[in-house]
Amino acid sequence: MPYYPHTKADIAHMLAAIGVGSLEELVKVPDNVTLREPLDIVPALAEVDITRRFEHFAKKNAGVDYVSFLGGGSYRHYAPPAIMSLAMRGEFLTSYTPYQAEVSQGYLQAIYEWQTYICLLTGLDIANASVYDGATALAEAAIMAINANGRKRVLVSRAINPNYLQVLKTYCDGLDLQLDELPIAPDGTTDLSDLHARLATKEYACVAIQSPNFFGNVDVPAPEIAASIGASGTVLIGVVAEALALAALQTPASWGAQIVAGEAQSFGVAVAYGGPYVGFIAASKEHMRRIPGRLVGKTLDNAGNDAFVLTLQAREQHIRRERATSNICTNQAHCALIATMYLAFLGKTGLRDVASANLKRSRELATRVSSIEGCTLAFQAPFFNEVAVDVHQPAKEVLAKLQARGILGGIDLGRFYPEFSNHILMTATELTTSADIEALCTALKEVVNVPARV
Amino acid sequence: MAQPQDLLYSKEHEWVKLNGDVATVGITDYAQNSLGDIVYVELPRVGATIAQFGNVGVVESVKAVSDLFTPIGGEVTEINGGLENDPALVNREPYAGGWLFKVKLSDTAQRNNLLAPADYEKEIAE
Repeated sequence: MPYYPHTKADIAHMLAAIGVGSLEELVKVPDNVTLREPLDIVPALAEVDITRRFEHFAKKNAGVDYVSFLGGGSYRHYAPPAIMSLAMRGEFLTSYTPYQAEVSQGYLQAIYEWQTYICLLTGLDIANASVYDGATALAEAAIMAINANGRKRVLVSRAINPNYLQVLKTYCDGLDLQLDELPIAPDGTTDLSDLHARLATKEYACVAIQSPNFFGNVDVPAPEIAASIGASGTVLIGVVAEALALAALQTPASWGAQIVAGEAQSFGVAVAYGGPYVGFIAASKEHMRRIPGRLVGKTLDNAGNDAFVLTLQAREQHIRRERATSNICTNQAHCALIATMYLAFLGKTGLRDVASANLKRSRELATRVSSIEGCTLAFQAPFFNEVAVDVHQPAKEVLAKLQARGILGGIDLGRFYPEFSNHILMTATELTTSADIEALCTALKEVVNVPARV
Repeated sequence: MAQPQDLLYSKEHEWVKLNGDVATVGITDYAQNSLGDIVYVELPRVGATIAQFGNVGVVESVKAVSDLFTPIGGEVTEINGGLENDPALVNREPYAGGWLFKVKLSDTAQRNNLLAPADYEKEIAE
């Protein structure tokens, strides 16, 4: 098949569908934003002056001075500096896809090790060479399930990261799938009470549940529920937004997930204004042929040495584009490399130590905050490093007041859930200090209105 | 190799064995031989309705991936479960244990669109 993305007829057809006459009309820049005169650029400066100028700009960025309790899918964790010095070596920084098997044995081995780590952490049989991010990983996992059983409905917990849900909705819309949501129970986990009735319809390709969920709560279906999901031919998808939790909790495979879609930013990848992230997909062996993206396998060369090769590529777009299970062209090889190095540096014990530090700090946060009058914990379920706090007044206002005091207090849950507009999602990691928590509590005491005593 | 005389064939190298209104479908010895070691076969779903000469799956060998067309249309009643663990059955026994799926015919006249053994032999001799 020749590589012509669109014929003139294709383009005409698409333009007609959206009701635009021509490509020029489609991309027409409105007059009021069209540049009419040259940009006002400062004259050429000496290097030292440029440095001064940018230092001046950088000082305007107050972000580093804030005490932060932000999380909700992006987590601040410590990464040993050795990772960056190794990952930034020229051998790893290539402008082209680093899979040319003949010349990239080192990179292929790194990806193979990443896959191995993801399998160990999730408890599943196979993992791919990473995908764009956790949200697209979930969407790809749903497509895998649909391809596995041919059903056209997708069931997802409402306690999944709302950004992931948005991406999934976008995918479902394009694929003509119906997406249904499972409500949130009073304890902050997924309400599975009507799941049996839904499964009985045999219409659902998959059920997706995130644990820890968006509220930080451990959200795992009971064994008998997981068993009935499997028995009904529905694929249970486990979603992971805080991969570090995998070092502290049961593996998703052990609670019945057949596919795990997740985000590995926690493993040494810096929080950087929305990206880059690094998604992963792992699956049980039966889904091996449907996993999208690239997989690296290990074999022997003709001299009997270990050799790493791309494998199971029949449906990759560069081989059979028209039969590809996915349009994912981007994986996150370099971010996956960083995450692999992070996991190798920490090792099993180190990772557990970091996870337990997160547990300890988040418990300290929960205990201290909930002891403040006017602040209560929203849920009683076990949690990992995030906790939803009810401040009994609009969270948005409380957060604005905290920010004025140099504290990023967390996420306003009302942005995503109207019923939780009085709730703040607060996150503590190993980088959160007792002093940070103290500062937050002091500020909260000043800004939270104490409810009138009856 | 002479083709089994009790089968009908398609130009895409599938064979059909008719038994009343049920047809068993496989790929020919010529096809398996051209493909080489078969490592995976993706078959249509039981209960699916498939159209004659439509694309219904994939045959993957170590050297190629080929679409699987069906020489006959109707409802898929059975698939060869043995291929899941041992896809090389198609290489070893293309006309016996390596059958792919069974179809309840929607229209028996479809057989008129297929090749007789002698015609298929001419087809592959070219």
